[in-house]
Amino acid sequence: MVEKVRLMQGNEACTMAAIAAGLEFYAGYPITPSTEIAEMCSEELPKVGGKFIQMEDEIGSISACIGASLTGAKAMTATSGPGFSLMQEAIGYASLCEIPLVIIDVQRVGPSTGMPTSPAQGDVMQARWGTHGDHPIIALAPGNVKECYELTFRAFELSEKYRVPVIVLTDEVIGHMREKVVLPDPGSYKIPMRAMPQNPAGYKPYAADPNGGVPLMAPFGMGYRWHCTGLFHDENGAPSSKPAVASVLMRRLNLKVENRADDLADYFAEGLEDCDLAVVSFGSSAMAALSAVRRARSEGYKVGMFRPKTIWPFPTATVRRLLAPAKRILVPEMNLGQLALEIERAAGCERPVIRLGKVNGELFHPDEVFAAIKEAL
Amino acid sequence: MAEFLSYFRQDRLPHIWCPGCGNGTVTGALVRAIDKLGLDKNNIVVVSGIGCSSRAVGYLDFDTLHTTHGRAIAFATGVKLARPRLKVIVITGDGDSAAIGGNHFIHAARRNIDITTIIINNNIYGMTSGQASPMTPHGMLGTTAPYGNVEYNFDLCELAKAAGATYVARATTYHYVLLEDLIAKAIMHKGFSVVEALSQCPTYFGRKNKIGGAVDTLNWIKDQTINVKAAAALPPEKREGKILIGELHSIEKAEFTQQYLEVIAKVQRANPSYARNKGVPGCELNSD
Ligand SMILES: Cc1ncc(C[n+]2csc(CCOP(=O)(O)OP(=O)(O)O)c2C)c(N)n1
Ligand code: SF4
Ligand SMILES: [Mg+2]
Repeated sequence: MVEKVRLMQGNEACTMAAIAAGLEFYAGYPITPSTEIAEMCSEELPKVGGKFIQMEDEIGSISACIGASLTGAKAMTATSGPGFSLMQEAIGYASLCEIPLVIIDVQRVGPSTGMPTSPAQGDVMQARWGTHGDHPIIALAPGNVKECYELTFRAFELSEKYRVPVIVLTDEVIGHMREKVVLPDPGSYKIPMRAMPQNPAGYKPYAADPNGGVPLMAPFGMGYRWHCTGLFHDENGAPSSKPAVASVLMRRLNLKVENRADDLADYFAEGLEDCDLAVVSFGSSAMAALSAVRRARSEGYKVGMFRPKTIWPFPTATVRRLLAPAKRILVPEMNLGQLALEIERAAGCERPVIRLGKVNGELFHPDEVFAAIKEAL
Repeated sequence: MAEFLSYFRQDRLPHIWCPGCGNGTVTGALVRAIDKLGLDKNNIVVVSGIGCSSRAVGYLDFDTLHTTHGRAIAFATGVKLARPRLKVIVITGDGDSAAIGGNHFIHAARRNIDITTIIINNNIYGMTSGQASPMTPHGMLGTTAPYGNVEYNFDLCELAKAAGATYVARATTYHYVLLEDLIAKAIMHKGFSVVEALSQCPTYFGRKNKIGGAVDTLNWIKDQTINVKAAAALPPEKREGKILIGELHSIEKAEFTQQYLEVIAKVQRANPSYARNKGVPGCELNSD
């Protein structure tokens, strides 16, 4: 084992993890606070035989990534608010056509140009519902630099396995913050690999295999000669507007992720078993929240912490179970209550859900969350 | 005829196009060009956007990619850069390439990436029933230009050339032999190549402008064009208002993906510790 310990930024950790996972193609357009990812990819990818391209905009970037992914390459792009908005149509395309793809969204304050260099968490709902139509999506939210590495790697595993675009939701603080990260030895982990068909004869690009509704994906250029279209399509990939075909497709597509919501659930939990108040927070807000929770505990208050790392699909059953003891729930987040909506849906019937929103570009201070905890109790 | 049918997904026919539409003529010219060149079907990827013209790819027996409106060239850029060994051909409409996708079009030309783009220019938005496009001539009618188009159209070939395309040609669905020949040359050209195919949409453009049916619209197109070689011998007043067809621009210039591969080779020589990484892990199946 030759593990390397390195001090690095969250953006750097995302890049290193992507390359460790076998990233072969990056297309992007510069935008603060994500730009370091593009810059690093332009430098590192040629070293491993991968490709980098700076496209003319974010629509072009994600489109190029989809094209590359169709040839079998692991592809990634990174962006922030305005660019993430531009990518939405293509995210829907990738979702429908089942194209593995990783998108890092380093969130900044919006709407619009907003405050480009300040952190926010306002893209929770855009990550889920930014594109039109019901569609499957996975979004992961690292809470520190180490998790930027782990969850970006995981994003590749999930996107290759389930053929779905995976969004890594970080923010300006996590993206630019420096922490020590232990880099695993290249031989010590399994590189995520896409399941491929074995034979072009009789290949049905959208035939759900018996194991959970994920069809096998043939790379372009290997003799399969299949048709990929953003129109609704049957098992053969032929466009169809038949209600029966649409309904089979839409159910398989959405259920392949939704049915796995609680298996995909990844989270941090502490002190929930006997809590009166549960604090739910994610990403960089959760750093202040956790220190406030621990302080409250040390002062004798029964407070617990839940930090989802998988934001979408929302782990409803897990949340309902873990938050059952709580009499109240406090949700600090850098928006005006987006995650809180899901918490209300999952666990809000029996108890009040208190929103603690912040949209001024400043991080939470632990004292601020501590004060809210005391008030909530 | 029968040998060309093998390039089509016959189970996906009949096509959706109106009787007399030019889209089939252009698609036929592409298939004949590919056949003439003797290219391996398995090494061709045909990419399109959204529009009547872009539906062509669904009928073709290659790896085909029917993308979002205007973005075909951006998707194609990803395919080509990821796998430079593949022949990448884009079929797009005048709205798809010159309106919503105009930015990708000029930037692909600027990069000189080895993609052949065939623009089926029918001067109208066919798929959405006849709205004006950036290629609707000044003064002509569309459902969103009911009093005559106040805007001017592009000269797409001049635009492509100015943006950096290294092969530019134009033909029409009337001059289909020329069209086939130019498409073949474009495919063999190393760099960004553009073939503009002037084509008829009798259903919306022809009817709205009271030109007539398919044959009348085809003749209307033919009558405006003049071969670039013939034009060279004519005095300027005889060329006035005519649209040039034929090979308009062809130069040699280093191609984007080849240059990128050279960068990779250079970087890997300078970083021998990476040399053991023959390509990216997990991509042995499809690396080149
Ligand atoms: C983002 C987006 N905007 C608008 C449309 C609607 N739309 C579909 S095809 C089309 C125009 C196509 O025109 P053109 O590219 O000239 O193709 P044609 O149908 O004439 O062959 C439009 C506006 C769409 N599908 N997507
Ligand atoms: S509407 Fe026009 S472009 Fe579309 S298929 Fe009919 S004739 Fe062709
Ligand atoms: Mg058109």
